[in-house]
Amino acid sequence: MSSEITETTATALRDNAEVAEALGRNYSAGFVTEIEMTGLPPGLDEETIRALSAIKREPEWMTEWRLAAYRHWLTMPQPDWAKLKLDAIDYQAISYYAAPKQGPKSLDEVDPVLLETYEKLGVPLHERAALAGVAVDAVFDSVSVGTTFRKQLAEAGVIFCSMSEAIREHPELVQKYLGSVVPTGDNFFAALNSAVFSDGSFVFIPKGVRCPMELSTYFRINAQNTGQFERTLIVAEEGAHVSYLEGCTAPKRDENQLHAAVVELVALEKAQIKYSTVQNWYPGDENGVGGIYNLVTKRGDCRGDDSKISWTQVETGSAITWKYPSVVLRGDRSVGEFHSVALTHHYQQADTGTKMIHIGKDTKSKIVSKGISAGRSNNSYRGLVKVEKGAERARNYTQCDSLLIGKKCGAHTFPYMEVKNPTAIVEHEATTSKISDDQMFYCRSRGIGEEDAVSMIVDGFCKQVFRELPMEFAVEAKKLLEVSLEGAVG
Amino acid sequence: MLKIENLHARVAGKEILKGLSLSVKPGEVHAIMGPNGAGKSTLGNVLTGRDGYEVTAGSVSFDGVDLLALEPEARAAAGVFLAFQYPVEIPGVNNTYFLRAALNAQRKARGEKELDSMQFLKLVREKLKVMQISDELLHRAVNEGFSGGEKKRNEIFQMAVLEPKLAILDETDSGLDIDALKQVAQGVNAQRSPQRSFLVITHYQRLLDYIEPDFVHVLAGGRIVESGDKTLALKLEEHGYAWVREHGEPAGATA
Repeated sequence: MSSEITETTATALRDNAEVAEALGRNYSAGFVTEIEMTGLPPGLDEETIRALSAIKREPEWMTEWRLAAYRHWLTMPQPDWAKLKLDAIDYQAISYYAAPKQGPKSLDEVDPVLLETYEKLGVPLHERAALAGVAVDAVFDSVSVGTTFRKQLAEAGVIFCSMSEAIREHPELVQKYLGSVVPTGDNFFAALNSAVFSDGSFVFIPKGVRCPMELSTYFRINAQNTGQFERTLIVAEEGAHVSYLEGCTAPKRDENQLHAAVVELVALEKAQIKYSTVQNWYPGDENGVGGIYNLVTKRGDCRGDDSKISWTQVETGSAITWKYPSVVLRGDRSVGEFHSVALTHHYQQADTGTKMIHIGKDTKSKIVSKGISAGRSNNSYRGLVKVEKGAERARNYTQCDSLLIGKKCGAHTFPYMEVKNPTAIVEHEATTSKISDDQMFYCRSRGIGEEDAVSMIVDGFCKQVFRELPMEFAVEAKKLLEVSLEGAVG
Repeated sequence: MLKIENLHARVAGKEILKGLSLSVKPGEVHAIMGPNGAGKSTLGNVLTGRDGYEVTAGSVSFDGVDLLALEPEARAAAGVFLAFQYPVEIPGVNNTYFLRAALNAQRKARGEKELDSMQFLKLVREKLKVMQISDELLHRAVNEGFSGGEKKRNEIFQMAVLEPKLAILDETDSGLDIDALKQVAQGVNAQRSPQRSFLVITHYQRLLDYIEPDFVHVLAGGRIVESGDKTLALKLEEHGYAWVREHGEPAGATA
């Protein structure tokens, strides 16, 4: 008997306890933090943007950058090509800045109420209590309220701070890379974000450095009628490696709230960036009331030869998810990956997938998408694999599986391919399955109850993607799926 | 232990079991034989509570409890186990994880303490020895990519770990070559005990060469038409099921 069995059973045991705990709870992140806030009144015009920029003590070039984006945005229509039922959003009814009154200081000075909030969410910010080996940037509504392990990271030459701080402290890096992957006018929501983004994380890994710990940002929406527009930029110089995690939650509210983020990744020669998301924004209630509109542009640029960018996402929250983390494979032999689990229940809608743009020679991409639909939800995979003329011997493999639970949900697949180079090999496999009565009966005849059986089968279905997540996140993701599927059977 | 009285059951509106009665005492091995379509597998499915099998009359008591009133998982916890004719694949779910979840769910339902990983590991090790199963099988997903023989052995292995009071083997011999059959039978025999009863459902006498039954029943036309000791199986082997039809109730073309 190998020790591997011990390992497996030990994992199984721990998971079991957590499953039991998870099944007893509902959307546990739905609480509201009572804290004195400051912010801008609802409404959006050039004055709003100037005011926002002033609050953040931004240099002139940044203000101008925002204004240019805003003017461009005014000329753009809101896209309607996704398979989503999205009510018109009143952009004048949203407040574009909300922050705890007490400004961000060092970690020791962060308002205890905020520390408590993150503690409750399972993200302790005190370094002695923090997850070992994970540095956290905590973003509360529009601002970063603290970043852990900065000293240790600085010693390695890694910059990990809020975007606001980066604009002030590292303007040359921000100017060089911001908007270089997702231009301000890229799409409607990206343009809006460029105009009004309030905070987010900035990561810079210098040449040859392997980041000594996992970096993570925890996004929390708390204030009412606020939109969260975060902007994240990660740059890995030649030969640098970094693994970055992102988590998100919001209180339960009857109104829909907007979250329109932009994430840009830049990988230079031989650099590797692994970006993982566990998205658990409030999904709305079982009748489809409330929930976050999660309209996000995420893109990575494999700018250097032999670079690699890998996206892993577990999407369980949000009333609406519109998100296509993509990779531009510019460098020769660069590699792009996308691993996704998207679960929708009740009236949730997800239209998500990826784009792999092959430009360099011998570039490779791999897409594994697992969509799970339950209740009356709709879940679409939308993916583009594009092979440009010069992308000799480009290679793509796409696997796209859908799992249906119940009879009133929908799963849809929209794979697009544009291949302009005859030496390219592009493969697409798709399956749609239901949890079969046979599987359910098999589990139940062994003593496993219905809900546990569904969790188990779904977990098995997602295994390929969960394997890509860092350990703590894999456990979290699994728990989330179970909670999200409560009441999906019977 | 198990008392089936005048059991009638329908599948998709068609009556398959038509007044089946059977009594099994602890430690007994009963073989249920019969032609195709006689209702053998239906019996196993009705006893374990599969959806789509509607009991229209009769009763089943198990250790004094009305078995038919229980959900499938509660029947499992009460000690009923079905070795499937066609074991189901569950992609991505580790075999060991599955078995441990099953055992602990049953223990929890019975108010027993759940096993921790070390205790479970110890149990698995013991049972592996008896079953001669390679531990490589444990690391794979439930039945995924298993050969026919591996699937059947995995069923018996599950039975060994779950330690039921009543094990129903549904055509466990089907699709096995003689070596695999012997291995499976050996695993079953190792689990015979004065407390554990077996219902061995089979089409062929062959399996009974290796698992020796205390009683043999012939199921035809939805009821038991003949019962006897193991020599009955040999008679069937010799004369075929046509012989039963002449002696017992007509099986009926549709049964």
